[in-house]
Amino acid sequence: MLTILFDGIAYGMLLFVLACGLSVTLGLMNFVNLAHGAFAMAGGYITLVLVNRAGVPFSAGLAIAFVVTALIGVLFERTLYVHVYGKSPLDQVLFTIGLVFMSVAAVDYVMGSQQVFIEIPSALQGRFEIFGVGIGRYRLLIIVICGLLTLALQMTLSNTRFGSRLRASVDDARVARGLGINVNAVFTLTFAVGSGLAGLGGALGAEILGLDPTFPLKYMVYFLIVVTVGGTSSITGPFAASLVIGIADVAGKYYVPKFGAFVIYTIMIVVLILRPQGLFARAAGR
Amino acid sequence: MPSAPVAEVTHRLAMRARWGPLEYVFWLAALASVFLLPGRHLILTEIAWLALFALSLDLILGYAGIISLGHAAFFGLGSYLAALMAKHAIISEPVLALLVSGLGAAILGFATSFLVLRGSDLTRLMVTLGVALIMREIANQIPEITGGADGLQGVTVAPILGLFEFDIFGHVAYAYCLTVLFVLFLLARRVVYSPFGLSLRAVKGNPLRASAISISVNARLVAIYTFAAFYAGIAGALLAQTTAFASLDVFSFERSADLLLVLIIGGTGYLYGGLIGAVIFKLMQDWIANLTPQYWQFWIGLVLVLIVLVGRERIGAWTSAARALAEPVTRRFARGPMAAASGEGLPGEGR
Amino acid sequence: MLRIIGVALAAGTLVSTGASAEDVKVGVVLPLTGTLAPVGKQVQAGIKAYMDKNGATVAGKKIDLIVKDDGSVADNSKRLAQELIVNDKVAIIGSALTPSAMAIGPLSTQAKTANVVMVSGTSGVINPNNPYMVRTSFTLGQQSGIIAEWAAKNGSKKVAIVQSDWAPGAEATAVFTQAFTKAGGQIVETIKVPLANPDFAPFLQRARDANPDTLFVFVPAGQAGTFAKQFAERGLDKAGIKLIGPGDIVDDNDLPGMGDAMLGVVTACIYSVLHNSPTNKEYVAAFKKANGYRPNFISLGGYDGMHLVYEALKKTQGKTDGESLITAMKGMKWESPRGPISIDPETREIVQNVYIGKIEKVDGELYNVEFATFDAVKDPLKMKK
Repeated sequence: MLTILFDGIAYGMLLFVLACGLSVTLGLMNFVNLAHGAFAMAGGYITLVLVNRAGVPFSAGLAIAFVVTALIGVLFERTLYVHVYGKSPLDQVLFTIGLVFMSVAAVDYVMGSQQVFIEIPSALQGRFEIFGVGIGRYRLLIIVICGLLTLALQMTLSNTRFGSRLRASVDDARVARGLGINVNAVFTLTFAVGSGLAGLGGALGAEILGLDPTFPLKYMVYFLIVVTVGGTSSITGPFAASLVIGIADVAGKYYVPKFGAFVIYTIMIVVLILRPQGLFARAAGR
Repeated sequence: MPSAPVAEVTHRLAMRARWGPLEYVFWLAALASVFLLPGRHLILTEIAWLALFALSLDLILGYAGIISLGHAAFFGLGSYLAALMAKHAIISEPVLALLVSGLGAAILGFATSFLVLRGSDLTRLMVTLGVALIMREIANQIPEITGGADGLQGVTVAPILGLFEFDIFGHVAYAYCLTVLFVLFLLARRVVYSPFGLSLRAVKGNPLRASAISISVNARLVAIYTFAAFYAGIAGALLAQTTAFASLDVFSFERSADLLLVLIIGGTGYLYGGLIGAVIFKLMQDWIANLTPQYWQFWIGLVLVLIVLVGRERIGAWTSAARALAEPVTRRFARGPMAAASGEGLPGEGR
Repeated sequence: MLRIIGVALAAGTLVSTGASAEDVKVGVVLPLTGTLAPVGKQVQAGIKAYMDKNGATVAGKKIDLIVKDDGSVADNSKRLAQELIVNDKVAIIGSALTPSAMAIGPLSTQAKTANVVMVSGTSGVINPNNPYMVRTSFTLGQQSGIIAEWAAKNGSKKVAIVQSDWAPGAEATAVFTQAFTKAGGQIVETIKVPLANPDFAPFLQRARDANPDTLFVFVPAGQAGTFAKQFAERGLDKAGIKLIGPGDIVDDNDLPGMGDAMLGVVTACIYSVLHNSPTNKEYVAAFKKANGYRPNFISLGGYDGMHLVYEALKKTQGKTDGESLITAMKGMKWESPRGPISIDPETREIVQNVYIGKIEKVDGELYNVEFATFDAVKDPLKMKK
């Protein structure tokens, strides 16, 4: 069913935008940031307040969500995260889990626990048919935005100076420092962009995935699966992984509803057994 | 071959394994609580099986250095097995059912232990998390057996050994859990102070070096992982038997995450960490939940963040005095193994 | 050292405190955090609304309300209920959703404590094995049976069912299927959706491919909005498929945010905020003032639950043992904001009106407007026995 394929691609691309920040952060600084979902949630709620209450147009809301979440990312990174870089993975996990709990409770307190919906413009509602395949308008928007973002990311990575600095830092931070690359600045900027993307993803995804204070806990698993399967040394890895997971999840639930949920967990475990560093990672590096 | 070094090592091992005075105090206090605090047996029962669960995680985290985000998989399996055995009267006697549940969990542990042998810490985190989530999904997909999202209802637990019936006040439940905890603790103590336990610490400190002196790393990791799964399964079975209920939440991520917090509060690598952590965590959680029924998660998260920021080594240093009292002999030996067991690996480790 | 102090401090909190003998303790176990938090909050608000209106003293005794959060985890509900019964010695225990109500039930039987079920909609929760349980919420059967009959009479011939995979969902499906096929209709497909589910897309696609003329849906409070959005996004409404269900899917708590996709949806519900009675108008006004959002049908489980407690205490003149309270509660009738309700003396179930309502825009907001009433509907699953 082509519609299912289309839905799966949309879902996968949304996952990619949400998870790519986490992937690069992990690959660059070996930092396990389980609170990534909290940034996504922040972006979602920011857009909600802007669009629903302040009457800001939807597209502007998305852009502002990106920027504000990126700024929040920088703030957190400089004040909190910087203290835990050198610590063990266990400490990082605990730290970020603590942040997740705090953000979930804080958002619950401020915004209430019910699921909320961003008012999307009517032009984006409903669907149209092309050769008998139903194309949802909103999902089409997601594919377009995420596709453009992916291209932009890939181009930045391969065609700009910053991109090569980033790739160098991911490959081997010590040598990169030795060559005069300011790895910390690279990381702060990358973390900001990654968080901003998560925020954008959260805002975009509110319509499909539902937005409520428990969002970070519910979807953390999916982000982690994308990162694990896709590896952390490129953009294309998580991208391909997200598509595979998105399509597998949606198709699984359509064709075999009873086992649909197992599909992604099984993929993850199989990949981890066969290639612990991820499906698409290069063997070098960490 | 000279036997003096061997004799010396054996002697030192035996000395280290001697009971410190604080240990006696701890267990006497636990015993006293059975008689002196009858009104709190319900929460004490929870503390007891949580302590056992934390102890099982300590075995792999503190002693073997395996980080697991999915230890709840074994806990949950033990829980459901015990509940099902009681409900369908497959094995009515609780103690026997307890052992069988533990064995079931151990089998799962053995089967999945190979997944944690390879890869980095992150890989282990993901794999263990994945296993726990798959277990949860399996339980969710066979509601005819597990009751699905509603939980397993209609479980009635027979009297222990045919003599002690579970009462609504939780007296029997607490005595039962405490006894199981004590027995298993003794066993664990035996294991970690044995040559096997010592070799585990070597593996944790530096697997490469350990294998270089012909300690078979993988075999030991598999063994301790299976052993820890056995303990976790029994803890889960205790939960199921004392509450006569089992639901999908036994597999949840929150359960594994809370467990990590328990162990971190108490400290890893000296067996009592899980026990002390369970006491502090449960009481803290209860107290906070009474103060702010809706937002206690916030404070738990804050505690986690603060603990990490302050630094587990610093907290560990504060308690080293207590630990030294608990194990008087270790002070004489190099700080190496104990320090390594209480925090993360030494700098420069190949991990 | 710090740790030893910590343990000592913690041990200090183990000492429990005493309480006054003239209090009647009512303990309620609710999900105030976690995925089911919206439910718990509405119940709590309903309870508070009743106590604000009627004061905290009944039959010469003071009502001491203790609320515990089970975090949406049924395990916790059981332990908290046990503590309430054993430690706090509550005279009445209130329980919420199906899994926790079923976990608490045997406890109330063992302790002979009156147990008011305030949220659960599963018929099996109230049964002869647990004689101290009384329900003030509703059953899925009450609503599903009525909507099935209405749908069959109003042009629905082929229905696809989408239900969340848990006990209330199974019951809604069972009653609907039975009633609808009896009225001559056909169920073309029944699709079960996992309770914790991010995306309805594949399930809805499957439903659409089965070519029904109507979709009967049951998803729990909090998911209805996402469902409605995806229903519209998938073009099911444009394809002429009608959406029907029990009142849960047009929960007044979520309705304002659901969007115009919901216009025209018909449900059989036990309560709508626009219900036209002076009792209700007063209730809604007070509730909105205290909380800032609308009450929904779940809040009435708490509101009417407290009413039942108060009236029972008046009838027993302050006696709080389970026997007396339950005997007093059986057969009680009163006017609730939702309409006239009563407790069936034989089954201890709630008997209430069921309304057919349609979603319309009133004053710029979405509301469920009642247009047909079925009086004194009993739980169909119990009536068969």
